Amino acid sequence: MRTITYREAVREALAEEMRRDSSVFLLGEDIGKKFGGTNKVTVGLCEEFGDERVRNTPISESAIVGAAVGGAMTGLRPVAEIGFIDFVGVCMDQIMNQAAKLRYMTGGQTKMPLVIRTPGGAGRSSAAQHAQSLETLFCHIPGLLVIQPSSPRDVKGLLKAAIRDSNPVVFIEHKMLYNTKGEVPEEEYTVPIGSADVKREGADITVVATQRQVYAALEAADVLGEEGISVEVVDPRTLVPLDTETILASVRKTGRVLLVHESVERCGIGAEIAALVAEQAFDYLDYPVRRLGARNTPVPFSPPLEDFVIPNAERIADTVRSMFQTAVYKDA
Amino acid sequence: MTEKTRESYIWMFRTMTRIRQAEAKVAELYMAAEIPGFLHSSLGQEAVAVGVCAALESGDYLVSHHRGHGHLLARGGRTDLMMAELLGKESGYCSGKGGSMHIADVSLGILGANGIVGSGPPIANGAGLSAKLRGTSDIVACFFGDGASNEGAFHEALNLAKVWSLPVVYVCENNQYALSTPLRDHCAVENIADRAAAYNMPAMTVDGNDVLAVHEACVQSAEHARSGKGPILIECRTYRFLGHFVGDPFVYRPDGEEEEWKTRDPIPRFRAYLLENDIASKQELEKIEAEVAEEVDEAVQFAKHSPYPDPESAMEHVYSDWQWGNEYR
Ligand SMILES: Cc1ncc(C[n+]2csc(CCOP(=O)(O)OP(=O)(O)O)c2C)c(N)n1
Ligand SMILES: [Mg+2]
Repeated sequence: MRTITYREAVREALAEEMRRDSSVFLLGEDIGKKFGGTNKVTVGLCEEFGDERVRNTPISESAIVGAAVGGAMTGLRPVAEIGFIDFVGVCMDQIMNQAAKLRYMTGGQTKMPLVIRTPGGAGRSSAAQHAQSLETLFCHIPGLLVIQPSSPRDVKGLLKAAIRDSNPVVFIEHKMLYNTKGEVPEEEYTVPIGSADVKREGADITVVATQRQVYAALEAADVLGEEGISVEVVDPRTLVPLDTETILASVRKTGRVLLVHESVERCGIGAEIAALVAEQAFDYLDYPVRRLGARNTPVPFSPPLEDFVIPNAERIADTVRSMFQTAVYKDA
Repeated sequence: MTEKTRESYIWMFRTMTRIRQAEAKVAELYMAAEIPGFLHSSLGQEAVAVGVCAALESGDYLVSHHRGHGHLLARGGRTDLMMAELLGKESGYCSGKGGSMHIADVSLGILGANGIVGSGPPIANGAGLSAKLRGTSDIVACFFGDGASNEGAFHEALNLAKVWSLPVVYVCENNQYALSTPLRDHCAVENIADRAAAYNMPAMTVDGNDVLAVHEACVQSAEHARSGKGPILIECRTYRFLGHFVGDPFVYRPDGEEEEWKTRDPIPRFRAYLLENDIASKQELEKIEAEVAEEVDEAVQFAKHSPYPDPESAMEHVYSDWQWGNEYR
C-alpha cells in the first residue's frame, strides 16, 4: 500500500469531500493561496477549489466558528480551521453555547453539520498558549463529537466521516504528527466515528493511549515485550462517542489497564475510562487502574521542562513495570 | 537642542541598534537550531518600540504581544536575560517557562507578552483602571498588531476604555500583514486609526519608521492619558523585514515591496539624521554600534553557558502560595 503523511491524509480528505459535495467549504486564518494554513494542510486546495470555497479570514475566531454555525444551519457543510487548539479560548461561546446546543434548544428543528479542525499537543517547545491538549473540555459538552486520530489512515477516514456527519465535530489533529507517514488506501473509505482500534494485540496489560501517545505506547510495548510483558495498545480514536466495548473487552482479557494521554491527568479522558472500567469490568482487574497524563501544569517552554511534563515511552514502560509488582495502592 | 534631548536621541539610537542586533542574532541562533520553539522577530519595527518607550515614565505599564523582544529591550530589559530565556535557560527572564512569546520583565511594568492575538488590550484596561483607582498618574502603553484589531476582544477593550476613561495609549504596529494576509484583505478600513472613531476615541496615524515621529505622537498621547482625558490610539505604519516567524520564507510578499521599505529602514534613517544635524559624530555612533555588538555577543555567551532549568521546576509557579496542585497528580 502507498505511504503518505498525516498532513497529506488530512488534505486528501478535505479535497475528496469537497469534490464529492459542493456544500463543503473551508474557512480559517491564512488557509488560502500562498500560505496554506499554519500547518500547511490546505496547500493547493485554493488552487483547485478557488477562494470562494477556501476562505481566508481575518484573525477573528468567534466570527469563524459563528459563520460555520450559521452556514451549517442553512445548508452548508463548513470545515473551519483554528490554527492551534489553544485559540478556542477566543471562540468558546460559539462552540460551547451555539454549535453544541442549537439543535437541542430548538427541539431538534436544526442540524449542525460542521467540523472544527484544530491541532493540539506538545513536543515542540511552543509553550503554554500553543501546546495544550484540550480535548477533554469538549468531551464535557453534550452535543459535540470529539475525534483525535493518531495515524494517517485514521485521520483521513475519520475526517471524511466527520464532514459527512450532521453533528458539530471537534476534530483534533496533533501538531507533532503532521509529518508522520503511514499506509493509506488509495480507494475510497471512511473510518466509522465511535470505533476504537487495537493498534497492537497483547495478553498481559491494556494500554489505552490517544494520538501521539499511541506511538509512545507502541514503543514502550516493544521494550516491554522483550522483558516478557505482552502489551495490548488500544487507540480510542474518538472520545465522544467512546467505543466502550473495545476498551472493556481488552481489559477483561488482560486484567490490567493503563490510560495514557497528553492532556493533564486531572479530569482527563483517563479519568472517564477509569470510571468506566470500575463500573463495568471491576471483577476482571488484577491491579488497580493507573493513569499517566501530563503533569498538572501549563506546558512549559524549555525542552527539559516540557519533556518532564508530557508522558513518553519511558514513563509508560516504567508505569507498566510497576503494575506487575505486588499490587499497591498509590497512597499505601 | 538641550543636552537632555541629545542624550535622549543617543539613547534612542543605541536602543534601536540593540534591538536590531539582538534580533539579527536571535534569527541566526534560531536557524542554527539553538533556540527551540518558534519566534517572531521585530526586525524593522524598532522605531515603534523605542519611540513609544522613550515617552514613558518609570511607573508606567506596558502590554506586549507575540512580537515582543523589541518592547522588552526598549523598556530597559536586559539583553542577556532575554537571550537566556529564548534559549530556554534557568537564568532567563521567565526561568525557561515562557520563551520568546511570553518574555517579560514584570519589574519594569511589563504585564506579559502574549501568544493569543488580541488578548492584550483588555489586560491593558485592567492596569489602567488600577492606576486610576490607586490614584497614581501612571499610564499603560498597549502594543497590538494590525491583525489583532480584528479580534472581538480588541473592540470590547476600546469601548470599555473610553466608557471608563482609562489612561491607556493603544499603539498599533501596523506592519502591513497579519501573518500572510495583507492589510487590505483582512481589514474593512484603510487605517487602523479609523477604528477608534467607533469608540469616540482620538487617534492618529504616524510614520512608524521615523522614531522621532513616533516619539512625538507618544509624548502627546501619554500627556493626554496622564492628564485624565482617557484613552488614545496611535497607529504606526511600519514593516517587518523578516517573515511572520523566523524561517517563514515570506513568499506572499510582492516583488519590490521589501526594497521599497528598506529605503525607509528606521535605523539608517535616524543615523543619517543625527549626522546631518550634527547631533552625533560618526565616531560616536560607530562606538555605540561596536559596544552594542559586544553586549549582544556577551549576552549570547551568557545564555549559552547558563544551565537548563531543573526538570522538576516545571511544577513550580502553577499556583501562588500553595502547592497542592503539584503533589496531587
Ligand atoms: C487568537 C489567535 N489567533 C491566531 C493566532 C496565530 N497568529 C499569531 S500572530 C498572527 C498574526 C498577527 O498579526 P498582527 O496582529 O498584525 O501582528 P504581527 O504578527 O503582524 O506583528 C496570527 C494569525 C494567535 N496566536 N492567536
Ligand atoms: Mg501585522
